[in-house]
Amino acid sequence: MSAPLLQVQDLEAGYGAIVALHGISLTVNAGEIVTIIGANGAGKSTTLNAVCGVVRARRGTVTFDGRDLTRVPAHEVVRLGLAQSPEGRKIFPRLTVLENLEMGAFTRRDAAGVKADIAKYYAMFPILEKRKHQPGGLLSGGEQQMLAIARALMSRPKLLLLDEPSLGLAPQIVVQIFDIIRELNKQGMSVLLVEQNARMALKVAHRGYVLETGRITFTDKADVLLNDDRIRAAYLGEEGH
Amino acid sequence: MFELFAQADATAAGFGQYLLLGLVLGSLYALIALGYTMVYGIIELINFAHGDLFMLGTFFALGAATAVGATTADAGTGTIVLGLALMLVGTPLFCAGLNVATDRAIYKPLRRSPKLTVIVSAIGVSFIFMNLGLFWRGATPVKFPDLIPDTNLLGGAGSVRFTLKDAMVLGVTVPVMIALTVFVKLTPLGKAMRATAQNPTAAVLMGINVDRVIAVTFAIGGALAGVASVVYGLYIKSADYQMGFQNGLYAFTAAVLGGIGNIPGAVLGGLVIGVVGELGKAYLGAKWSEALIFGILIVILLFRPTGLLGARTREKV
Ligand SMILES: Nc1ncnc2c1ncn2[C@@H]1O[C@H](COP(=O)(O)OP(=O)(O)OP(=O)(O)O)[C@@H](O)[C@H]1O
Ligand SMILES: [Mg+2]
Repeated sequence: MSAPLLQVQDLEAGYGAIVALHGISLTVNAGEIVTIIGANGAGKSTTLNAVCGVVRARRGTVTFDGRDLTRVPAHEVVRLGLAQSPEGRKIFPRLTVLENLEMGAFTRRDAAGVKADIAKYYAMFPILEKRKHQPGGLLSGGEQQMLAIARALMSRPKLLLLDEPSLGLAPQIVVQIFDIIRELNKQGMSVLLVEQNARMALKVAHRGYVLETGRITFTDKADVLLNDDRIRAAYLGEEGH
Repeated sequence: MFELFAQADATAAGFGQYLLLGLVLGSLYALIALGYTMVYGIIELINFAHGDLFMLGTFFALGAATAVGATTADAGTGTIVLGLALMLVGTPLFCAGLNVATDRAIYKPLRRSPKLTVIVSAIGVSFIFMNLGLFWRGATPVKFPDLIPDTNLLGGAGSVRFTLKDAMVLGVTVPVMIALTVFVKLTPLGKAMRATAQNPTAAVLMGINVDRVIAVTFAIGGALAGVASVVYGLYIKSADYQMGFQNGLYAFTAAVLGGIGNIPGAVLGGLVIGVVGELGKAYLGAKWSEALIFGILIVILLFRPTGLLGARTREKV
């Protein structure tokens, strides 16, 4: 088997005196959807941000596509093929939908390719085309989530990091978002998906990791986790059987 | 009887004259206000030293004109043009460089400190700049040479006078503000500035080098103050080490009035303050002018806390 696309080894990260990650290890192979599930404050967002360099690793390594990311400045990570749709979506509220998408392509210099990609994501998310000249801040939560995903895709990443894309969305919108993730993966996109909605996440993912207060406590194929009694009790709101 | 109201020229031409003067001064406040608003927009710092940077700019401009001999009585047209060119190019560069250097040396190390810490250090820089000005040029006001004649460009006695000096002010400030607007609206770096102002974390994820954007913001804000310095010196023809305080405060007020962080807002706020100040001075007397400006500011902020053009779209969390 070839080397994984993303390899995180013994990663420790935190904020001041707080240690949020106590040496975690995980991998994402090309073509996979991998999910990290865990409760509030488990360290899921910290993991994604440490991978992107937004939070600096204190120990351990992050290797992406054969390159060590631990010394790469955060703003250069996207050039290497890693894009994140962050927690809370972080749309630029006073830029239009179109300008938000253009910002996603900030590192690209192929104007024609950027234009083609915008057309592609308008086709994938028709609501974005309808609202292309509206400020991003005026979109609904679901529309903003679609914009955040499309904006991340505009950099043509090799790996897409998604931080709680279902957060605060109505159930039918959540289904729509997960359909999109599945579709993107079918087209070849590798995805690292962080979710509190463990059931949806494990249904769409190939493999999963369970993160508890900064440590990985379980990891397995997603369908195995989905049927594990302990996981069912703790994360799927079911009694064991 | 005490003099409560000024003796104003109540004719239409008189009104026009005050209005014109207000617009000319307002466009200067606007240039300075842009430096406050852009820096605030990016790092939420009220840069109290900005008015004093403007003051140092006027001293630099005078020094540049003096260095090429443009300030002597027998200076020829060629020398004067050279002096003007040197002032207009050199002063913005000087102010931009000083502003970027100040950020690097003082504000940048405090980027993660509480906002109050940075603001207090900006007040400190303000005093340092003022003392530098005092050291550089002394306490008495320095005179600028009258490099641009007061030729009236409009004919006819009794009508509004629009002089070459007025034209110079508007001829410099208006294109500069248009260029800034185009830059921020249309260029990739301008869009990166707006994106960084709206969400710095997301901007980093897009591949924007936020440190660089901040440096560019300080450079542009400083350059605009530098342009204002030159124009002010040529128009008012006098400068002193304390002038940064009042002009800076007016400009800061303009930025707040327009909606701090908002670029067209700073321009609008500058013009409003310039016009209200001059009309107030003419019809109510100088002692009422400032009370009027700040009275209007308070009333507007009561009804529109985000300023005239302040952000209306709320961020969804
Ligand atoms: N900016 C910060 N400063 C200080 N502590 C932080 C910061 N961000 C996160 N933490 C702490 O780090 C730990 C991990 O937080 P993190 O945001 O990674 O969790 P999470 O799993 O993403 O939670 P959630 O599901 O609520 O998003 C928590 O204890 C949190 O309080
Ligand atoms: Mg989180």
